[in-house]
Amino acid sequence: MSDFFTEAVLIATVAGAIRLAVPLLLASLGETFGQRSGVLNLGVDGIMLLGAFAGYYTVLKTDNVWYGLLAGIAVGIGLGLASSLISVTLQAEQGISGIGVYLFGLGMSDLLFQRLVGTPVPITKFPKVDIPGLSDIPWLGRMFFQHSVVVYLAFLAVPLAMFIINRTTFGMNIRAVGENPEAADSLGVSVAAVRYATVTIGGTMAGVAGAALAIDLGIFQQNLTNAQGFIAIALVYFGAWRPLGVMAGALLYGFVNSLVLQFKTLGIIPQSWSDIAAMAPAVITILALVIVARRFRAPAALTKPFTRGT
Amino acid sequence: MAEVPMLEMKGITKRFPGVLANDRVDFDLYAGEVHTLLGENGAGKSTLMKILYGLYQADEGKILLNGRPVEIASPTSAIEHNIGMIHQHFMLVDTLTVAENVALGLPSSRGVLTDLDAVSEKIVALGKQYGLEIDPAATVWQLAVGQKQRVEIIKALYRVARLLILDEPTAVLTPQEVEQLFATLHQMTADGRGLIFISHKLHEVLALSDRITVLRHGRVTGNTTTEGATRSSLASMMVGREVKLAPDKPETEVGPAALEISGLRVIGDRGNVVIDDLDLEVHTGEILGIAGVSGNGQRELAETIAGLRQAESGSIVIAGSDVTNQTPAGVRSAGLAYVPEGRMKDGSIGPFTVAENLLLIDHNSKEFLDAGLLNFEAIRKHSQSLVDEFAVKTPSLDTPVRSLSGGNIQKLILARELSGTPNVLVASQPTRGVDIGAAEYIHIRLIEQRDQSTAILMISEDLDEIFGLSDRVAVMYEGKIMGIVDPKTVGREDVGLMMAGVSQEGRSAPGA
Repeated sequence: MSDFFTEAVLIATVAGAIRLAVPLLLASLGETFGQRSGVLNLGVDGIMLLGAFAGYYTVLKTDNVWYGLLAGIAVGIGLGLASSLISVTLQAEQGISGIGVYLFGLGMSDLLFQRLVGTPVPITKFPKVDIPGLSDIPWLGRMFFQHSVVVYLAFLAVPLAMFIINRTTFGMNIRAVGENPEAADSLGVSVAAVRYATVTIGGTMAGVAGAALAIDLGIFQQNLTNAQGFIAIALVYFGAWRPLGVMAGALLYGFVNSLVLQFKTLGIIPQSWSDIAAMAPAVITILALVIVARRFRAPAALTKPFTRGT
Repeated sequence: MAEVPMLEMKGITKRFPGVLANDRVDFDLYAGEVHTLLGENGAGKSTLMKILYGLYQADEGKILLNGRPVEIASPTSAIEHNIGMIHQHFMLVDTLTVAENVALGLPSSRGVLTDLDAVSEKIVALGKQYGLEIDPAATVWQLAVGQKQRVEIIKALYRVARLLILDEPTAVLTPQEVEQLFATLHQMTADGRGLIFISHKLHEVLALSDRITVLRHGRVTGNTTTEGATRSSLASMMVGREVKLAPDKPETEVGPAALEISGLRVIGDRGNVVIDDLDLEVHTGEILGIAGVSGNGQRELAETIAGLRQAESGSIVIAGSDVTNQTPAGVRSAGLAYVPEGRMKDGSIGPFTVAENLLLIDHNSKEFLDAGLLNFEAIRKHSQSLVDEFAVKTPSLDTPVRSLSGGNIQKLILARELSGTPNVLVASQPTRGVDIGAAEYIHIRLIEQRDQSTAILMISEDLDEIFGLSDRVAVMYEGKIMGIVDPKTVGREDVGLMMAGVSQEGRSAPGA
């Protein structure tokens, strides 16, 4: 255990926590938009997987990580629009239809990978960007300010999401539509337009999250996300549908994950336990969810399709 | 009045599957007047107004505004035509502030950013002008019902509504709040706005309207000006025959207390105290009416008596036996009959047949069992006699209850509950939302039951019903009895003040 309390390991643990939190943070911020407007998209993990493959494959072919990120965005927009169509226009049962999107993404990403790539080839990863000045601070600099651009952008997305939800007319419409779509509709707010927008934002963020994950690891394999998309949905509840709360949840998950990895590397956890230890982040997140989320109320119209005049 | 009406609806027809909701309806409105649309539930009033507000599209007919034909395809286009609507159920987003609710759907002066400061200023100004004071920064769920109503009116005024539809706006208000609302509405007509008022409360209709149009089964069955109209003439137009608004009530002997509640304390769904140290006695042969604005603990009181909700402390005694925190079956065996306020939610099982619903409280009785199995012959005989006795209109005993009208479901529930010989009847909102004919019938049955020495506790938000039926009136406010008064000597205004928690009358003895 004493091996753990060394400068190098502690710094690596915290830096790792932040890095591992990023895909979850991106995906759950996006999902927050959808849920605040009343749409639960269970397909996040599927969109992440396809975004991850698109990102990986694009980088493999072009050797440009930013093209890879754009590919993730494109996949996210496409699947976000498809998810909107399913849950808003076609009014499918949201607790079920998202599972279809997930299975589609899971199967399709693997199929494309087998057909187009076959054996995994490592790709270029994101370059690290040291923030001038801040990255030289002892301890803290290496923990927080020596990451890739995607990490910084993901954390900047938190105040941006807060601003959009709380200070813009679009955000006010989102909150209104998620609580009382009849009232919003009676004042001329288009419930469908708001929900298409939020679900597509959610899809886009999930696509980016997947691409960021694949390019961060520099590899793709079947089920690369390991159900992180579902954890992301849980984090929205954990964060009580607020960006700051969602960020706290993503960091908690990232930290436990990073800790388990370090413990395994240092042999604090015996190898035979590693499968059990791998469950720890999910279990701890779910426990925290049960304790925290009870105090907050979900958007009243969550999972309820809207039809005028009923 | 202006020469050209601000609104003309001509020959409006709207069909829903199996129902003709509006059948060639003509309706018009002049600036500066209140035109009431009167009719029973299901007469087509709301449908007509939803067409005007763009929520539905008419199958036939046309709408003219200031003489020009218009298409109203959505609420947005209604708002563009300066039409506002105050819906029967508040159209407010509880988690948003007053200012946000008002600003919703409107372009902001700051582009993509909200301009709530400017909106708040205007809300305060409108509030001063029309006597609708409200804090723009308050979150809507914190507001009292009367304040929410103000927000609804401000929303319409803010959008410069010239024509305002008010769909049963007084349903949840105390008499004083109604008076305040009417003062605001008069000020609005004086400004040259036109108001369409939808209600079935006849004295309010008479107090507010200039003209009245009556709808029945989707058709216009009468037009009248308020002068010369009376409550009973309006009721007859609504129902299509003579109706007795106040049932005859013979004097009875008041007997001993059959329901005794003392020191009752109950916790509500949100963990707050909803009934606080409540004492109440109902005697055989009397109807004790409980008046009050909804949400002051009436529902919880009924549920606690019926054994559906736990009492924290205190006791409930029915005909001498303590039934506090007994099971519903235990309370019933002490002689309680219970007509709950939600006839579809708690009073009946929609997909079950008429016969099955009539059996619900007796399904364990030996009378209907044969070696442990249901004896269908006895059940049918029993249900047929109840259906006949209570004039429940149903195609057959095997019809699912949900396809009956509200009035017939209510009669069915009453038939089931009165089929034994109850010591105590708790009836919550016994005629809410039922047609006048059924309400008249239910009232007569309740009085008959009282004359047969049942103690009746009747909870109602309808003051006409409270004053027409009760021998004593208890007013409930924030989980307490504000006072018990004699309806023959105390007026509506005093009861209204007590409903708002203002004054506490001395308690009158039963029968006094």
